[in-house]
Amino acid sequence: MNRILKHRLFWPVVVLVALLLLNVVFTDGFFKIQVREGHLYGSLIDILRFGAPLILVATGMTLVIATSGIDLSVGSVVAIAGALACMRISDLSDQNSVGGVLSAVGIALVLSVVLGLWNGFLVAGIGIQPIIATLILMVAGRGLAQLITDGQITTVNSSPYKLIGGGYWLTLPFGIIVVAVVLALTAFLTRRLALGLLIESVGGNAEASRLAGIGARGVLVTVYAFCALCAGIAGLMISSNVSSADGNNAGLWIELDAILAVVIGGTPLSGGRFSLSGTVLGALIIQTLTTTIYSIGVPPETTLLFKALVVTIVCLIQSPAFRAKVFHRRGRPAGARPATEEKVRVSA
Amino acid sequence: MTSISGLPGLRRVVPQKYVPVLVTACLFVAMFVAGGIRYENFATGQIILNVFIDNAFLLVVAVGMTFVILTGGIDLSVGSMVALATMISASLLKDGWPAYAVMALVLVIGAALGLGMGAIIHYFEIQPFIVTLAGMFLARGLCYTISTESIPIENETFTAIAQARINLGGDLSVSPSAVIAIVVVLIGAYVLHYTRLGRNVYATGGSEQSALLMGLPVARTKIAVYTISGFCSALGGLLFAFYSLSGYGLSAVGMELDAIAAVVIGGTLLTGGSGYLIGTVLGVLVLGLIQTIISFEGTLSSWWTKIFIGVLLFAFILLQRLFSAGSRRSPQ
Repeated sequence: MNRILKHRLFWPVVVLVALLLLNVVFTDGFFKIQVREGHLYGSLIDILRFGAPLILVATGMTLVIATSGIDLSVGSVVAIAGALACMRISDLSDQNSVGGVLSAVGIALVLSVVLGLWNGFLVAGIGIQPIIATLILMVAGRGLAQLITDGQITTVNSSPYKLIGGGYWLTLPFGIIVVAVVLALTAFLTRRLALGLLIESVGGNAEASRLAGIGARGVLVTVYAFCALCAGIAGLMISSNVSSADGNNAGLWIELDAILAVVIGGTPLSGGRFSLSGTVLGALIIQTLTTTIYSIGVPPETTLLFKALVVTIVCLIQSPAFRAKVFHRRGRPAGARPATEEKVRVSA
Repeated sequence: MTSISGLPGLRRVVPQKYVPVLVTACLFVAMFVAGGIRYENFATGQIILNVFIDNAFLLVVAVGMTFVILTGGIDLSVGSMVALATMISASLLKDGWPAYAVMALVLVIGAALGLGMGAIIHYFEIQPFIVTLAGMFLARGLCYTISTESIPIENETFTAIAQARINLGGDLSVSPSAVIAIVVVLIGAYVLHYTRLGRNVYATGGSEQSALLMGLPVARTKIAVYTISGFCSALGGLLFAFYSLSGYGLSAVGMELDAIAAVVIGGTLLTGGSGYLIGTVLGVLVLGLIQTIISFEGTLSSWWTKIFIGVLLFAFILLQRLFSAGSRRSPQ
């Protein structure tokens, strides 16, 4: 029992379960999963399906944060990838041709990787602080996405493209399969091969790992490229789900949600270690929170307040210092008291 | 490793720690001269003053951000805090509150929210990025709770301040907001360099552990910087209200990134412990000058503007990096 309590993913799981249970109170048959026309349906499946892009972006972000970096440009990459793919597809004579869609998807993903290499070059090659290096692409990338779509919202009518974000394959939504594949690949590369160790050592101390013979620059560039690739795939999913590309609003603020997911999952922003399973949990918590906001009917004006409240509570519960001060030393009058009052005032 | 250095003599004359700020200053002057050559009526004193007038709120916000970043923290809530300040003032003024009471209340609220975030960051050891991100959601959420519409400000005091211009002789004039911003910078510089709190800020940012072992009040310092940042963003919000004469929940979106960019362009390290307030002033001026150049350019569509800002930012940071290479520690 004690071992379960001490496990680093214990508290995120508790929060996720609590959120899911909260939904059951408000929605009948929340846990029911049906098979209709060979497709899986249900609220839980929806959470996975709509959460897929966030899980992808957060997975890439996890590796970047593990190197003690940060990538603010993912939202723009999401917009660019979706915009480019949609533009290519709308230029096709037959929008339903699989080959044409595949080439559009391929080009969008290649461009995403190139953008990631650019970030990596700025951080590792020139040595700009990551938050500023990626801020450049965050600002310019939004413009680039609008340039690609000419400032319009481009709609496509292509069934192969629709499959990526809205389709089903083997009874499962296609997006979930993509996420599972990417996650399995990432887990294999970082946990079965040495890459994960290299990433963590670069995050721990880039200079020391360089002296120890690790190609710190190569690792950094790889990680930023991978993060952008994940964001690119997520961008395809988002634009495919609505069959259109919006350079202005696609993936807006997804970087903040992704960073939040990573941190809720227990990866410190200071780098040096990371938890992929934690990130997935974190992303699911955020997606479930969004679903909950809709299902319990929080008025739209107060959704952000609700989100702030939940985020604060989740972070407080996860903080060992908070648990020590509030749960274990309840009787102690000095020290812990004023801090508790602060908490109440801010989150109220 | 000196790499391409256009300023070889500089490094011998000036202590290393001032090099990033000086490089920023030189590049700013270069940008101003380049603008003056390219556009007519660009190289005038009023252009610089206009940059101050148009970015007074950003300057004040960036001063608070500098304090936070110097301790190695970050404050993402400033943009929403600015919006919240405009919303609270606009809605209270509409209800007929006296102008000065509104200003005082807004400043107290800003400082209190900052204090709360600082306390959570310190006592519960949660990463500043996340706490202030929650603060950002909270402040933005409070804006929408007040109103989702834009509320105009028609109060006489506010409009008087908004329209007032202080004549500096010649054809030069500034707005009261710019003066307030400069006063805030001067007070901030005084606090950082001539008071105990300032020394503690640098010490905490250099190494929190060492500062603690030296017996410095780390808790008080960390909470103080977030309070200062909250206060500054509320004041920035008031200046923004003077500037726009309305309160709107969607205003100042992304301003936290502008403020962080200004601080970092000014040569302050995000890891804390190193940097100067004058650098932040230069950072704000650079961002403002980029905006001015774009408005002189005139015919850019909104997306080309974004790309152009990105390119200029990149060029600036690249040059800055090249000129001051080797003069500071590695960013990571």
